[in-house]
Amino acid sequence: MATTKEISIGDLGARAGKAEEEINGETMALNIGPSHPTTHGVLRLLAELDGDIITKCEPVIGYLHRGDEKIAENMTYNQFVPYTDRLDYLAPLANNVAFAMAVEKLAALEVPERCQAIRVLCCELARVSSHLLGIGVFGMDAGAWTVFMYTFTEREKLYTLFEELTGARFTTSYTRIGGVARDIPEGWLGRVTDFINGVLPVLDEIDKLLTRNRIFIDRTQGIGAISREDAIAYGLTGPNLRASGVDLDLRKDKPYLGYENYDFDVPIGTTGDCYDRYLLRAEEVRQSVRIIRQVIDTIPDGSFYAEDAKRIFSPPKDKVLTSMEELIQNFMITTEGPQIPAGEAYFEAENPKGALGFFVVSKGGGGPYRLKIRGPSFCSLSILDKLVPGHYMTDITVILGSLDFVMGECDR
Amino acid sequence: MTLFEAWLPVILPVIFALVMISVFMGMCAYAVLAERKICSYIQGRVGPNRTRLPLIGNVPILGDFLTGLGIFQPAADGLKFLFKEEITPGHVKLGYYYLAPIIALTPALTTMVVLPFGRYVDAAGVVQPLALANLDVGFLFILAISSLGVYGIVLAGWASNSKYPFLGAIRSSAQMISYELALGVSILPVFMWSAAPGSEYGMSLFGVVQAQETLWIGIWQPLSALIFLVAIFAETNRLPFDMAESETDLVGGFHTEYGAFKFGLFFVAEYAHIIMGSAIFVLLFAGGWHFLPGLADPWPAGPVGAVLSVLWFLAKIAFMIFFFIWIRWTLPRFRYDQVMSLGWKILLPLAVGNLVFNTLLIALIDAL
Repeated sequence: MATTKEISIGDLGARAGKAEEEINGETMALNIGPSHPTTHGVLRLLAELDGDIITKCEPVIGYLHRGDEKIAENMTYNQFVPYTDRLDYLAPLANNVAFAMAVEKLAALEVPERCQAIRVLCCELARVSSHLLGIGVFGMDAGAWTVFMYTFTEREKLYTLFEELTGARFTTSYTRIGGVARDIPEGWLGRVTDFINGVLPVLDEIDKLLTRNRIFIDRTQGIGAISREDAIAYGLTGPNLRASGVDLDLRKDKPYLGYENYDFDVPIGTTGDCYDRYLLRAEEVRQSVRIIRQVIDTIPDGSFYAEDAKRIFSPPKDKVLTSMEELIQNFMITTEGPQIPAGEAYFEAENPKGALGFFVVSKGGGGPYRLKIRGPSFCSLSILDKLVPGHYMTDITVILGSLDFVMGECDR
Repeated sequence: MTLFEAWLPVILPVIFALVMISVFMGMCAYAVLAERKICSYIQGRVGPNRTRLPLIGNVPILGDFLTGLGIFQPAADGLKFLFKEEITPGHVKLGYYYLAPIIALTPALTTMVVLPFGRYVDAAGVVQPLALANLDVGFLFILAISSLGVYGIVLAGWASNSKYPFLGAIRSSAQMISYELALGVSILPVFMWSAAPGSEYGMSLFGVVQAQETLWIGIWQPLSALIFLVAIFAETNRLPFDMAESETDLVGGFHTEYGAFKFGLFFVAEYAHIIMGSAIFVLLFAGGWHFLPGLADPWPAGPVGAVLSVLWFLAKIAFMIFFFIWIRWTLPRFRYDQVMSLGWKILLPLAVGNLVFNTLLIALIDAL
């Protein structure tokens, strides 16, 4: 049986109009994450690939959203401290300090000098911890696994120090409003000195492995360059901002905790590419080590909490068990929370990832009426859809690694 | 008896082949262990040190020592691959999906056939190669067969019917094809020097090794050796060229959708390729089983000398494997386009230039 088959050539004119489309071919939509080794957590990227080149990249966030800000409204200030551990969980000590500082700003409370020095120590050790991970993970993203293991070894030692200080390796919950949970243990400062003496050679070794490595330079230089204007427009803070050449460090520009008394430099990048961000973090670790040395040398004696803030800081246990007044004070603060006057305050601290801000609204009483958290990682991620297109697919890993974000802080 | 003698020429090669495959697979397993142990030491870790076999592991001092070395770990690794649930994703192309791991491993095992691994000097002083087959086209055979290895990867990427393996497979096939060119051209000077026109050895690897009795080719042909070394790094898909796997951006690359023993085959294939690459490098550039450059072989004639030559050859391979592992845990990874430009813009012109230079040199020597 004969069959007829009709073949149509179509409208040639119309096809010619689409010639460019036909030559360029199709693009491929690629879903990266939320569970993918490059995203360091639960970030999801909707990418569009033209061959191996990314034409579109849209970050999808919220997989780690826990409603921290709402949770805060239903608890006392001190009860919220553990929640701050889980913001930037690579530097929980720095988050604890930033939150306590925000509430103390609202209460117009000045903590004693020893407490301030301890907090500076906490912040800088947290910075070392976070940046070590940032460098290590960045190396791993570029394919250098050994660097990651070197930095992790150092972070293990740091966690042991945190454990001695706070009782927990990871979720430290160290600060209380008006002070810190306990004084530093005996001999601890000596062990911190040992640690910082040990971390510098490791940094030098990482330097040898990466900084002048041809492959590493080819992979990172000129990749993911953020211009000065973009960095400011997208609200980047911290190392990501400074790598683009903006000299903004809250420790210098709006000193808190007595940072003005310590001598340290703020490294500034020039091109804002991945390589600059790596160099900057490495240098910041060295500067933090400088600050830590000065704190250890000059740490004052005295109380580790504000003794005159009777309605804010619960006194140490031995006083509670021996004196009536302190017992009542302890009971009131435990049941009703630290009494913070009505009003509102915003405080930003220079955290390892950037400026972590807390906006606290109080109507009096033990808990916040409203708490708003400004997470630097959230801003760092917002630039992705501008930054990534035009790069190779493999560059995504390097760019994400160099931005050094934490989803716990981004999603909150 | 006569029947046995008649069948002997058939039986013996089969036995030899089985022995060689077992030894080779054993080497693959222990190459994995070496990788894990050496990378641990490089990174300041300890590495596998818990796996314990019931009987040997309980011998007082020896057992603890071997356990600490992780000697029994490869057995546990292999068993794990066998006993894991055999998962086949619903979206794969079935036949090809199962075929791919086999195709990945087969070429590495096949090239083994022409690989001479030692020499036997009989009473008359005649040197015999120890190899399953001493083909005259030896190296051409290796080039031809090992190029097939890329099909395993391409097929895996295509049959997985998923985007990450697809990207990995495309990158890997482009990379392997590019570097094969540089690899092929880089070894031509070696054969031009080692086998004069009309010589009895032709392209056989045995001939190349015999030509290196006094001086290793790698020493006076360093450029060839370097290009070849870089190319086998790329051919084996090892870091810094592991485009095919590239675990931080492509998850697992071409074997993302593979699990259990199918993944095991890919895994073994990678190490098989490393061992083959090391062996070929040693044969071509590092004197094979010859002792040290400038020194006569201390091996006696007869079987003892043969065993010693094999062991020396294996020691050189072990060093090369160590080198592979050392590089992997030291360097970061190239980007795909950088790999391609290195291959096409640097290695290939270098290899061609090297070939032309050596050709002119030989012509000049002949003319004089």
